[in-house]
Amino acid sequence: MNLDSLTQNNGEWLRGNGPEADIVISSRIRLARNLSSYPFSNRGSAHQKAEIETSLRDRLTRLDFMPRLEYLMLPGLSSIDRQLLVERQLISRELANTEGPRGVAVCPQETVSIMINEEDHLRLQVMRSGFALDEAWQDIDRLDDQIEQRVNYAFSEEFGYLTACPTNVGTGMRSSVMLHLPALVLTKQIEKVFRALQKINLAVRGLYGEGSRASGDFYQISNQVTLGKSETTILTEIREVIPQIISYERQARSTLTRESRQALHDRVRRAYGTLKNAMMMTSEETMDLLSSVRLGVNLGLIEDVSIPTVNELFIHTQPAHLQKLMGAALDGEERNAARARYLSSRLRENGPHLN
Amino acid sequence: MQKCQKCQNPATLHITEVLGESQFEELHLCEQCANKYLYEPQQKANLGKGGGDLGKEGEEGLLGQAECPECGVKFVEFRNTGRLGCPHDYQAFREELMPLLENIHGETKHCGKTPRRFPQTREHQSELTQLRNRLKQAVTKEDYEEAAKVRDLIKHLEEA
Repeated sequence: MNLDSLTQNNGEWLRGNGPEADIVISSRIRLARNLSSYPFSNRGSAHQKAEIETSLRDRLTRLDFMPRLEYLMLPGLSSIDRQLLVERQLISRELANTEGPRGVAVCPQETVSIMINEEDHLRLQVMRSGFALDEAWQDIDRLDDQIEQRVNYAFSEEFGYLTACPTNVGTGMRSSVMLHLPALVLTKQIEKVFRALQKINLAVRGLYGEGSRASGDFYQISNQVTLGKSETTILTEIREVIPQIISYERQARSTLTRESRQALHDRVRRAYGTLKNAMMMTSEETMDLLSSVRLGVNLGLIEDVSIPTVNELFIHTQPAHLQKLMGAALDGEERNAARARYLSSRLRENGPHLN
Repeated sequence: MQKCQKCQNPATLHITEVLGESQFEELHLCEQCANKYLYEPQQKANLGKGGGDLGKEGEEGLLGQAECPECGVKFVEFRNTGRLGCPHDYQAFREELMPLLENIHGETKHCGKTPRRFPQTREHQSELTQLRNRLKQAVTKEDYEEAAKVRDLIKHLEEA
C-alpha cells in the first residue's frame, strides 16, 4: 500500500455520509484476541513475537475476506508514516510507538484494520461512517470467525476471550460511536450528558481515544463492561442511548439558533474568516475553529463549503498529514505556517460568497 | 505439650523478646525453628511482629508471590503493570482476580460469543496442558529422548 495515497482521500470515518452524519461521525467496533499457546505481548520474548507476527501475517493475508487486506510492517515505516496511520485511526498510539515485530493489516477502504502484537496479539477493528453499529458488528463478527478457523484463540468458558488486561476480558469488545457535539459544549450541557452516561457504565473519550482531549468537540462514547454481557446486549445499550444524545444536541442547536442566532452566526463567520486569513495556525486552534464552521454548515449559516470538505480539513491539518501533503518534514513553527497556508487555499477554492 | 509456633513439633524453647519498655513477646519454638529464628536476623524481624500482623502480612506476601506455572509471572507484577503474563494467568490467579473482575465489570462469568471450534480446541487445551507437564517432568529427569518426543506432540497439536 502506498501510504502517500492515503492523503488523497478521506477514509471511511470522515467520509461524511451514513445515518445521522451531521452529528454521528463514525461507528467503530474492536475485538481483542490472543493466541492460546503464547504469553501475552508484554511478556513475549523477541523470538516469540517474531513467530507470532510471521504466522499471523501469513494467515491474515491468505484470508478470503473481502475487501482484501494489505499488510504493513511497522518497524519498516518512518515515524511520519506511523503517525499518519494513528491520525487515520488505523492503528493505536501504542502500536506506533512500541518496539519489536508488529504490524497492521488494512483494507484499501480503511474500514478494516487488524493490529498484530499490540497489547493483545490481535486487535480487530471495523469502522463505518455515521451511526452504523450493527453493520460494523456483522463485518467484524464475520472477520473474527474467519480468523478463528486458522488460529487457536485463548478462550475459557468461564472468562471468555482472555486478554492481557482484565478490563477487556470476556467479549474483548469495545464498541464506540464518535459524535460531534458543538452545541452541547456551547450551551454548557455536555458535563450533564457525561454524568448520565457514566451512570450507565459508558465511557466518554476524546477524538484519539484514551487520555486524549476532546478537541474539535468530538466525543467517543463506548462501553466499559466487557464481561458478563453479550455483544448484542452491549451494542443495544449503546444503540439506545445515542439517539437521546443526538436529540439533546439537536435541541441545543435549535435553542442556539432561536435565542442567540446573531451571536452564533458571528462565531461561525469569525471562525471561517480566521481559517481563511490567518498566517499561523496551531492544530488545536484549527480543530476548534473547524468545529464552529462544521456547525455553521450544518445549520445553513455557511453555504459555500461542504461537510466532506470540512471533515477532510480536520484530518489533513493533523501534523503527519500536513507534512505528507507538503512533501517535507516540518518543525512546529513551519507546520503552523504551512497549516494556515493550506487552510486558506482550500477554503478560498470555494469562493468568497457567504450566506 | 505446647506446639511450636512455626511447625507441628513440640516446642522445647521458650523465648521472651524484649521489644521495648514493658513490651515483651513470647515465642514457643522447637529446636530446629529456634535455631533458624536465632541465627537468621531477617526471620526474626518477621516473627517479632506478633500474631495478627504476622497473619496478615504473611497472607499478602503470599498473594503477591503467587506465580503462574506457565509463564512465571507473579501476581505482584500484574499488580504493578496492570498486564497479565499469559492466558493461563486467569486460572493461576483465579482467586485474586475474581474480586477485581467483579469490581470492573460487575460480573465474573462470560456471556457472549464462543469460538465455533471451541469444543475441539478445549479438548486440545487440556491435552496440551498435560503434555506440557510431561515435558517439564522429562526435562527435570533429564530424559531428553522423552522430552523431544513430547515436544513434537505439542507442536503437532498446536498446529492441528
